[in-house]
Parts: sequence; C-alpha cells; structure tokens
Amino acid sequence: MAKLKSNYEQTLWVRFIRWMKGGSDALENSMIASLEEKAEPNLISAEELAEREHALEEQHRKDLESERQFFDKMHSWSRTRGSRITDFLYRLMSVVICLAIIYILLNTVSQLPKFGDSNNPLNNEVSERYIEKGMEETGAVNIVAGMILDYRAFDTLGESHVLFIAACSVLILLKLNLDKDGRPAREKLDAEANDRVYEPKSDDILQKIAALLVPIAMLFGIYIVLNGHISPGGGFSGGAIIGAALILHLNAFGYEKTGRFFSYTTFRVVSYASLSFYAIAKAYSFFTGANHLESIITPGNPGDLMSAGLILPLNIAVGLVVACTMYAFYTLFRKGDV
Amino acid sequence: MELWQNIPFFCILFSLASAAFTSVLPVKHARRTAFIVISAVALMSALLIVKILPTGTSYTYMMGHYPAPWGNEIRAGILEAVTALIFSLIMLFSLFGGLSRLDEHIPDKQNLYYVMLELLLTALLAQIYSNDLFTCYVFVEIMTIAACSLITARSIRSITLVAATRYMLMNLLGSGLFLLGLTLLYDLTGHLLMSNIQEQVTAIAAAGAYQQPLTVVIVLISIGLAIKSALFPFHTWLPDAYGYSTPTSSAVLSSLVSKGYIFLLIKIIYRCIGFEVFASTRITDILFIFGLVGIIMGSVSAIREKDIRRMVSFSSVAQIGYIFMGIGMGSENGMVAAIFHIFAHAAAKSMLFLSTSGLVEVSGDSKMFRDLRGAGYRNPWAGVAFTIGSFSMVGIPFLGGFISKLYFATSAMAMPPESMMLVMLVLAASTILNTIYFLKTVITLYRPPMDGVEYPEFRPAKSFVFAMVCLSAANIALGVCSQPIIEAIRSGLHMFA
Repeated sequence: MAKLKSNYEQTLWVRFIRWMKGGSDALENSMIASLEEKAEPNLISAEELAEREHALEEQHRKDLESERQFFDKMHSWSRTRGSRITDFLYRLMSVVICLAIIYILLNTVSQLPKFGDSNNPLNNEVSERYIEKGMEETGAVNIVAGMILDYRAFDTLGESHVLFIAACSVLILLKLNLDKDGRPAREKLDAEANDRVYEPKSDDILQKIAALLVPIAMLFGIYIVLNGHISPGGGFSGGAIIGAALILHLNAFGYEKTGRFFSYTTFRVVSYASLSFYAIAKAYSFFTGANHLESIITPGNPGDLMSAGLILPLNIAVGLVVACTMYAFYTLFRKGDV
Repeated sequence: MELWQNIPFFCILFSLASAAFTSVLPVKHARRTAFIVISAVALMSALLIVKILPTGTSYTYMMGHYPAPWGNEIRAGILEAVTALIFSLIMLFSLFGGLSRLDEHIPDKQNLYYVMLELLLTALLAQIYSNDLFTCYVFVEIMTIAACSLITARSIRSITLVAATRYMLMNLLGSGLFLLGLTLLYDLTGHLLMSNIQEQVTAIAAAGAYQQPLTVVIVLISIGLAIKSALFPFHTWLPDAYGYSTPTSSAVLSSLVSKGYIFLLIKIIYRCIGFEVFASTRITDILFIFGLVGIIMGSVSAIREKDIRRMVSFSSVAQIGYIFMGIGMGSENGMVAAIFHIFAHAAAKSMLFLSTSGLVEVSGDSKMFRDLRGAGYRNPWAGVAFTIGSFSMVGIPFLGGFISKLYFATSAMAMPPESMMLVMLVLAASTILNTIYFLKTVITLYRPPMDGVEYPEFRPAKSFVFAMVCLSAANIALGVCSQPIIEAIRSGLHMFA
C-alpha cells in the first residue's frame, strides 16, 4: 500500500506538474498571496495613529540618511579610488603585455636570417625563376607586374575583390536611400545643400589650378596603367591617381558638373564590367593552364605596348576598379551617395 | 587531367564571378542568383566526393600556366570535398531559414547582402582548397569584411554598428597576428606553398636551428586564428555580433565563418608546420587549457543570460572550446573528433539560431524567456527544431553532438591520466551545464503562455519549414550515419600529411 500523504498537493511531483501546466510556482503563489492579504481592521485611535506614523516617518528618515551615507561612501570609493585602482591596473597590464610582446617580437626578428645575405632561404629557386625567366615567360619587362598578374594571378584576383567588397560594405553602411514616397532622403538633401558651407563656393584659384591639373593627373594615371607591364606602376597605382583626379575635379567644380560624367550607374557598370572581365579572362587562363590546353594568349615581344598577354587588359580592369572605388569612398563619406 | 578535377576551381570562380554580377541585379534576381550559386556549389562538391572517393588520393590543380612554387595552386582531397559540401549545404539552409525575415530586417540594398554571402562562400571555398598560405590570407581578409557587413546589414538602433565595430577590431587583430606569423614563416622558409613550407620546416626543426622564431610563428598563427574563431578569452565580440544580426547572418557567422578559420588552422598544422613539430612546441597545451576553460565559462555565461539569442551565442563559445580542446589533445583521434564537432556544431547551431528567430517572431518579437512561454505551440516547426538542436548540443544519442562527445571522450583515454581525468570531468560538468540552460529553454517553450496575453494566428513560411526539416535531417544523419563521415575525416587527414 502506498503511504497516504496528507500534504499531497505540496509534493515535488505535483508541484512540477502544476508548474508545467502553467499553474504558478511556489514563489509566484506567495507573491500573489501577499498581495491578496487583507489589511487589519482599524481599531486604534487617531492620535495614536498619528504618533505611530510620526515615529515611522522619523525611523524612515533616519534609515534614508544612513543609507545615503553608506551609498555615498561606497560610491565615492568606487568612483574615485576604486575606479582609479582598476584603471591603473588595466593600463599597467596593457603596457606590460605590450612590452612583453614587443620584446618577444624584437628578439625574434634579431634571430631571423640576416637581411640581404645571399644564403637566405628567401633566395631560392622561386625568386630565381621570377628574375631570370620572368620577362621571357610573361612578356612583362616589369617583373612585379608579371608576378602579381601572371604567376600569382589568383591572389591578385582575390585582392581586387577585397576592394570590391570594401566598396560594397561602405555602400551598405553609408548610402542613403529614397524615402517611402520616392524622394531622396532628407539627410542627403541636407548634405547636398550644406556641401559648400564649409568651403568657398566657387574658388577661382582652386578652379583654375584644377582645370590645369585634372587633365594632367588623368593622363598621368592612364599612362601608368597602360605602361604597367613595361615600367614601374600598374593598375593599383594608376587607378589611385585617376581616382584622385576625379576627387579634385569634384572639389573644384561640385557635384553637378562631376555628375555629368560620373554617377552611381557609372560606378556600378564600370566596376561590374571590369571585375567580370578580370574573372572571365583569368578563368580562361587558369582553365587552359591547368588542363594543358592551347591558349590563344601569348607573351608577345617584351617591351612593346601590346605585349605581355593578359597583363595589359588586366591592369586596365584593375585601374578602373581602383579609380571607381576611391571616388565612391570619397563621395559616400561626404554625402551618402555616389 | 580529367574534367571532374576542375570542380574546386569551378566552385571558387563561379561564386567569385557571381558576386560582381549580383551587385548590379535587382533584389529578386539577386536572391535567385544566390540560391543558384550556393546550390550549384553544393552539387559540384557532392559530385567531387563521388569522384574522389574511389581514387583514395588527393590531387593538386595548377591555377594558371606555371607549376606550383611559382604559380598558385589549389589542392583537393576527401576532407576538403566533404567540408565544402557541408558548408555550402548549411549556407543554403541558413538562407532558406532566414528568408522570410530578410525583407523586414534589410528593407533596402538587399542585393548587396547576397553579394556578401557569395563572397563569403568564395572565401570559405578558397580557404578550404588553397594550397598556398598567402592566398589563404587574401581570402581571410575577404571573409572578415563580408562577415562585418553581414552584421551591419540589419541596423537596429546602432547596436549592430557597435557589435560590428568590436567584431572588426578583434578580427583585424587576429588577421594582423596571422599576417605577422605568415611573414616570419616566409622569411624562415622562403616559400608560400604549403608543401614546400613543410619540407623546409621539417629540415629546420631537425637541424634545431631558428627554434625561437619557429615557436613565435606557430604561436602567432594559432592565437591569430583563435581570436578570429572566438576561443574563450578572446570571445568578447561574439554575443553581440551573433545576438542582434538577422537570423541568416547569425547562422552563417556562427556555423561557417568561425569554423572556416578553425579548418584553416587545422590545415596549417598538418600541411605547413607538420603535426609533430606543432605538438612539440607545447602550444597544444595552451589551446587545450583555453578550450577547457572556454567550455565551462561559455556554459556559465549562457546560464546567466535572459535573452535567448545571446544564450545560444554564448553556447557557441563553449562549443568552440570543445573543438580547440580536441586540437589541443595533440593526437590524431582528438583531431578527428574536433573536425567532426565542427560539422555537428555547424548543423546544430545554424538550426538553433534560425529556430530561435522563428520562436521570437511568434512571441511579439521579444527575446526574453518570460515572453517565450508557449512559443513551441505557436510555431511547432521552430519548437521541434529547437528541441532537436538542443538535444544535439547536450549530447543525446542519435544526434551529431553525441557522437563528437563520444569521440572526445575516447580520444582522451589515450592521454596521460591527469589530462584524461580533467577532460572527463569537464565533459561531465559541461553536459550538466548544457542540460541546465537548454532544457530550461525547451521547457519554457512548452509551458502555457502567461495569462492575459493574446498572440495573433501565425503560419510559418514554407522556406522556413523546409530549412528546419532539412537541418533536423542533417543533425540526425550526422548522429546515425556518423561512421562514413568519421572514415572520410580520417582518410582526409592522412591525405593531408
């Protein structure tokens, strides 16, 4: 026979079941009970009540006072000395850890192979082939261009997409949208209206110099991009110069005039077209290379403008992407739109 | 060279090229493109597994016209193929599961969100397949930026901005340490190709030269990647980053991004440094201790959370602790268990994040436990999925988490007695802690709602139901047919060496 329990309702199991069914648990019950408790009927006289209230008030005031003093003491400690101690410890620790890391890294560097030594592990068959056969195999006089755009083109393909993804991230963060009723957002209009507040509206000196400098900078950038495989330079550096020229033009002549030849659509189309060309061209080159197929791309005659196989078109693509990205960064940070 | 051997190259180039294409498409077509790309990558990876299994070896693939130490190279073995398949499948299901919430969370510029997802997939694939250390670094960079954008895509009162800034700072510190280690390693060996580096490192270690630089390199690379994958003392960026972003982002970040870095670390251990040299530097002990502490601390933080999304995020800290504990065991069995746990956790955690969002959706968009009462009845699919995911994380048999815990325990048997006791105690304690916070949540979900609160009728989206069913099936499959996967991991690790 099971033992009969008089307090059956209070057993652990029944309480658990009750809780599962949504019935409140012991804590909630006691809280509800205390709320529902009825006040005692008033049996004391008014004077006594007043006296009691007075005593209670007095007690309450004293409690408050002591509480305030206690809190002041605690707070002043944590605000002044306490926080000073933790701050100090924090700074001390960061300095100590940094010094330790600096010491370890310097010590490590001092034990590395000597810089410029001919017996370095760096001077192995890899760099030997780059230097000795680079021009012949890639057709680029500029060995660096041959390395980054032909030998190790996959890395550079990734690198150009780093730029692209950075531009996209900034677009997500900063590009202001049209309102619900299709008008430009208020912030954007404000930014465009206030654009000239902090700068002279049409500065003659700036405009004259820019009129002189922008075409030269543009041409110089294009020259560097186009000669990337022959002389020092290439898509990244040339593109940066073209981008800088665009930014100078924007600063001198304002959005309206720059917008005539460079808008958000231009940005999207140009960067899409260059990146796609880059990916497709390199995909062709990787595919033929890996499968040992005949490739229509030949190194050509090193030193000629139209040589070095894919390097020249790739440099142009990279240059366009870099120029667009630089200009887009500038305008996005300035007014939230390209 | 046969046509199927081009599959890794096709996967990488296809998703890379689609990213630029997606950026100029309107939202509807961008979404369709993303689905096509991710499914195509999953299909091709499955085909690769079928083709590569009978050969029993790995192969290298020349990226361009120049052979390996001069040009770039990718390499595919069975482990790479399996990882690519599982990662792309989980990304596909995460996108399906969060689809119904995307329009609400990301009202504009949604096509750029798909660009980020595609580039993230590219970066994952490139890290999985690449045989070149510097290529890995380039794609680590892409992954960092893409992950940041996944967090900021949904802006709620700048919480996500703060979270993303913190994420960015910590992750760039990790990337910086990794780059430093890579540079020093290049200086020591003169190579960037993984197999050549390993040759040189073995020679250096045998000769006993450059002992300190080599140790520093290993420490920098391990700690850098550990920061990026949120190992315990470096996990502070994690709860905010996972807790407030849109569900697809949380699922992808927790189950793929951090796992990609861990996979890269395992690859570097085996392919660059060499397992013996790595274990002899005792960095394994540090990872082991951090892992153990992380398991306990992550679970304790999860118990104290009142916000369900943050609780699930803190549980990730504990699970990352398991994986690093497996790596730190310094044995092949530990590594197998760690890799299996990567898969098991990826499948379970993505499902937990997605089902959590489904449960929050039916509780007046509140993530607090008191409002979640009865959510399991209001959205049954999400409730069941959350239960299965929790059971897997706790380690209930027939689910993925059980198998990995079993393998962790078995591989601990081969360790010295003190370490073995430590692992067993931590495993037992963490199981209890996991049970406390996961079962508390499951019970809350099935308690009747608070009195006087009316919830509107709710019908879950078809895409959500599909994702939940597929992910539950994946979890059960990982638990029931674990043997072929364990075998694949084991043979893949042998191909690594």
